[in-house]
Amino acid sequence: MKAVRNWSVRNAGWLKKCYALLEGILALFNPLLKAIGHERLDKPFSILEGAVKGFLFDSQSCGQCTLGETGMACPMNCPKTLRNGPCGGVRQNGGCEIKPEMTCIWVNAWEGSQKMGAPEDTIKIIQPPVDNRLKGRSAWLRALRLRNGESA
Amino acid sequence: MKFDDEPTPGENLPILPGHTSPGRFERVLRAGHFAVTAEIAPPDSADPADVYERAALFDGYVDAINATDSSGANCHMSSMGICSLLTRRGYAMILQQSCRDRNRIAMQGDILGAAAMGVCNILCLSGDGVQSGDHPEAKPVFDMDSISALDMVRHMRDEQQFLSGRAISAPPRLFLGGAANPFAPPLDFRPHRMAKKIAAGAQFIQTQYCFDIERMKTFMAQVRDMGLLEKAYVLAGVGPLASAKAAEWIRKNVAGVHIPDAVIKRLAGAEDQKQEGVNLCVDLIEQVREVEGVSGTHIMAYRMEDRIGEIVTRSKALGGREPWRPAA
Repeated sequence: MKAVRNWSVRNAGWLKKCYALLEGILALFNPLLKAIGHERLDKPFSILEGAVKGFLFDSQSCGQCTLGETGMACPMNCPKTLRNGPCGGVRQNGGCEIKPEMTCIWVNAWEGSQKMGAPEDTIKIIQPPVDNRLKGRSAWLRALRLRNGESA
Repeated sequence: MKFDDEPTPGENLPILPGHTSPGRFERVLRAGHFAVTAEIAPPDSADPADVYERAALFDGYVDAINATDSSGANCHMSSMGICSLLTRRGYAMILQQSCRDRNRIAMQGDILGAAAMGVCNILCLSGDGVQSGDHPEAKPVFDMDSISALDMVRHMRDEQQFLSGRAISAPPRLFLGGAANPFAPPLDFRPHRMAKKIAAGAQFIQTQYCFDIERMKTFMAQVRDMGLLEKAYVLAGVGPLASAKAAEWIRKNVAGVHIPDAVIKRLAGAEDQKQEGVNLCVDLIEQVREVEGVSGTHIMAYRMEDRIGEIVTRSKALGGREPWRPAA
């Protein structure tokens, strides 16, 4: 879904605002979600999340979303799954070293982050290596837990 | 160039105040010298003599030697093996560690092992994709990336802990490096990426092959304005091209190497193209030396390692200085 993915990058500015709004709404309902149990909700949430983010961003559901810091381009689509910026192999036309027909996701991420304002601020955050245990789990519920200072 | 506190080969130097490693490469840079590094060709053999012979080509011309980590995703003797052999003879080695083949458990083990073998410098790289090498069917690991790897090594050295938080009783005393490619898109992102590498722990930066001096100048001006040159030493990557045809091939097939048309034209017009490739490399070293903030040069003379001596001598890169060399 290259077309949708590119559209999302071009519209990264307001999509990020929507994202923040969604997180705010979920946070309001968090006492209810907690009463039901995040553990129990993880499966349905991850299915919903995977469908929405998969459609909009080609999200690979790593369970520790960085979209808000990567211009709404999912870095897990990078064949090297680089989460901190482009490798040195990007072609002169912006094509991926490994898949020449694909635009480097960091070319997209840079474009998207310009739309978000102060791109340096988000892109300069050093992303830790992926926690492989979180793959396929809900990043939204995790964000709520992190927001409350609970363990992820 | 020998230091007053020169150790016997195989042992390291004392760590000076403000230094993080017991190595001569950090000393050369911090003393303000224009440093020269070169890439050694890893053999496709298990014979140590092959490594010693290849290193000997650089004797008296370079301050440190980069041992590549199966670059281009082609299998060769490991960087660790080469570094272990050569540190025992006193060479200053830069271990290249890519994220392509090892996960965080293997990488951290190798970092301790390398430091124990006398390696004082590590260059953290993402690594070429397996698809570009001779084993395209291999599993690409990429558990880390170059920046999270730098952050990890720095954490091991400065916090004396593994990523897990478990204590390391004697930390690896290393001088940390990263790579930069000022010539690949997204161009405006490149200075920020270098800033990120420095924030993650990089103390020196080796760049991709520079054939476009104007682009190099622009990049250096950008990183200088960001205040990055006070935090890390930049070594400009250069190398001789064997012919116009080879240059065309590299431009088309080697990811991330940008060769302007003018360079290919210059080679094509020469009677002896290989010699012209060397001449061009000499010219480029002279030019990068003049760029404010460039602290050294990194020579990648693929399959032309025997020309390094000529390149270094003619470019006067060492400015009359004689780097350490093993006793005859």
